[in-house]
Amino acid sequence: MDLNLTREETQFRDELRAWLTANVPSDWETHRLYDGMEERFRFLRRWQKRVHQAGWAGVAWPKEYGGRGARLMEQVIFSEEMARAAAPPLANVLGLGLIGPAIIAYGTEKQKKRYLPNILSGDEIWCQGFSEPNAGSDLAALRTEARLEGDHFVVNGQKVWNSYGWAADWCALVARSDPASAKHKGLTYLLVEMTSPGIEVRPLRQMTGESEFTELFFRDVRVPVENVLGAVGDGWNVALGTLAQERAALGVSAQIAMRRQLERLVELAHQIPSNGHTAAEDPLVRQKLAQSYVDNEVLRLNQMRAVSKIIETGRPGPEGSILKIGWSEANQRFQRMAQEILGPRAQLTGGSDFAIDNGAWGYSYLRSRGNTIEAGTSEIQRNIIAQHVLGLPKSY
Amino acid sequence: MHFGLTETQETIKKSAREFLRAECPMSEVRRLMETETGFAPALWAKFAEQGWTGIIFPEKYDGFGLGMVEMAVALEEMGRVLAPGPFLTTVLLAGTLLDRAASEEQKQKYLRAICRGEAHSTLALLEKSGSWNPDQVQLEAKRSSGGYRLNGEKQFVGDAGVADFLLVAARLEGDLAVFIVPAAAAGLRMALTPALDLTRRLYGVWFDNLALPEENLVARGGRAREAVQAALDVASVGLIAEMVGGIEKLLDLTVAYAKTRKQFNRPIGAFQAVQHQCADMLVLLEGSRSAVYYAAWALNEREPSAQAAVSVAKVYASEAYREVGNKAIQVQGGMGFTWENDTHLYYRRAKGSELAFGDASYHRERIAQTLIDQRRMVGEAGGDSCR
Repeated sequence: MDLNLTREETQFRDELRAWLTANVPSDWETHRLYDGMEERFRFLRRWQKRVHQAGWAGVAWPKEYGGRGARLMEQVIFSEEMARAAAPPLANVLGLGLIGPAIIAYGTEKQKKRYLPNILSGDEIWCQGFSEPNAGSDLAALRTEARLEGDHFVVNGQKVWNSYGWAADWCALVARSDPASAKHKGLTYLLVEMTSPGIEVRPLRQMTGESEFTELFFRDVRVPVENVLGAVGDGWNVALGTLAQERAALGVSAQIAMRRQLERLVELAHQIPSNGHTAAEDPLVRQKLAQSYVDNEVLRLNQMRAVSKIIETGRPGPEGSILKIGWSEANQRFQRMAQEILGPRAQLTGGSDFAIDNGAWGYSYLRSRGNTIEAGTSEIQRNIIAQHVLGLPKSY
Repeated sequence: MHFGLTETQETIKKSAREFLRAECPMSEVRRLMETETGFAPALWAKFAEQGWTGIIFPEKYDGFGLGMVEMAVALEEMGRVLAPGPFLTTVLLAGTLLDRAASEEQKQKYLRAICRGEAHSTLALLEKSGSWNPDQVQLEAKRSSGGYRLNGEKQFVGDAGVADFLLVAARLEGDLAVFIVPAAAAGLRMALTPALDLTRRLYGVWFDNLALPEENLVARGGRAREAVQAALDVASVGLIAEMVGGIEKLLDLTVAYAKTRKQFNRPIGAFQAVQHQCADMLVLLEGSRSAVYYAAWALNEREPSAQAAVSVAKVYASEAYREVGNKAIQVQGGMGFTWENDTHLYYRRAKGSELAFGDASYHRERIAQTLIDQRRMVGEAGGDSCR
């Protein structure tokens, strides 16, 4: 147990910190609060390009594919330093967090060379095609079909809840390649170019009013067999690794986002009046803010322990479900509490007179409602913990 | 950076578990809880043989010289079996206070005796206010010919009934001051105050013009304040580690029950309503464990974030232990509500532990003073403490 940074880690941190100090765009806060989703995304794509050119994208990815070749710990330090510098996030969230790691783990040499550098540079944005209208929590029930015809798979079906579907150049798709198969067997993981004929992208408007997600319709979409990731029929295992990564990766960014919001909330608490003094002096508000800090620290520490374990054992385990429950529920508690502390102005949306931070708090309150659903519902996470960690009998 | 136990730490934990399984079975805990002092000298002697009574103190006082993480993993195992006896009070409270503030002569005499397992002690801190804040101490200490006189009342003094000497926090000419008071001193009276936790003992202690020689003053002013706070932080880490052990034991008991108890022709553990409660218990266990290991490490390194880390762990584990107890009883149904089932002993311990060394509200306010008043977010990667 040694939480001090090693000499290499310290050197990495100091170099990165210096680079960020000199390069973080000063107008990010304005873009964050006032841009529309697509405009903001273009800004983030330009930012990723700069980060990549300076050699900071894909910290833990192998050097030969454009990464930095460092360990996962440096990747965590990267996230921490980005947060500390109030830097914008990188645009290619799914490519960097989920699909790139799957390609590193399962891809052929040719695939790695073809896809990884463009993920890092942000030249190719990725989305993920897993969930279907009738395959949500029961993901293995998916029915999108990939029929082999010569040297191509022909894909037919519908996917839903695709984050960044509207921006994506590529889609990581799981489809049923063996029509006689059921459940986890007979699935294949395909890398599909979004400009392929037969793909239709429809925005899916969610309760926040944004269309962060899309629905994807596939009609006789031809995908070359060389675009299979892993083995034909082994798509479930490839996807499962991605899902575990997803839980870990989303956790780090969610925890950091929450910490930044907590810092801002503390600042605001010094200005907001409450019973004749400021909210910062109100004992109940103090208790609530401190509890958020506790929640956030416990998330951070659980993640540090998980990362150390991944470095030791090589793979994220089912314990990722503990992190997923942790960050999603903590964020919902945090957003609820922020609304209470901020008072009536918290409900005012972007553009309103008197709105706080241009309505960012109302947005994050609504957005957090999705946290216990996306990336595996809390119920599914608890099933995984009960059955795969605690060894209780299967319930379905 | 590595956040996990080293091989040595794993070995300490494992051997502590094996030792306690053999030496401190639940039958022994239940026997001792019916006695007045809740304490077995024979078991204490074995703790001393293990080196535990001097675990974190320098070898020159016959201590074992280990670090806080090593201490924490041993305590985790003690908490798992509800090990009775004055460990937190003697070793972690009194021992740390002496280690931080006592003179060389005092250490040679009192700390050495603690390390060797030859003396028991405790810290008398709380008064009528029930506050763990040393600034609230009011017990009166006055200078008199060649020494001091103490007058007043202390409450919630753990294990005073078996203490050979007490460390007493008092107010001397406006300063916080800590004195060594022999249990046999004239003018000292104590009475057991029975409480929910049957495996610990709390006392009221009264000082009636109690006379002490000059050499029984340990420290006063800032030095005393710092040493008392250090003792509370170290003892808190020990306590929280014990709580983690207790939480783990409750989870193990509950999962084992859910796998074997059948209703509607299936183990109740096959029902999601039960599974999800067990899953929540694991979430609470792992969060508490991460928090206390970090706090132990931060204290050991004397990190600026250490106090906040202790408070984070205390807040989280206090609520976790109570909540895990609730779920353990709920899942075990009527069986979990019986006297014979061990769950209530942990449930009681959870309540006592939640209140010891500052409850969640106390520690949240301590965090608020850093987070809000100083606008400092403590605890980034690598123990980096300032924004």
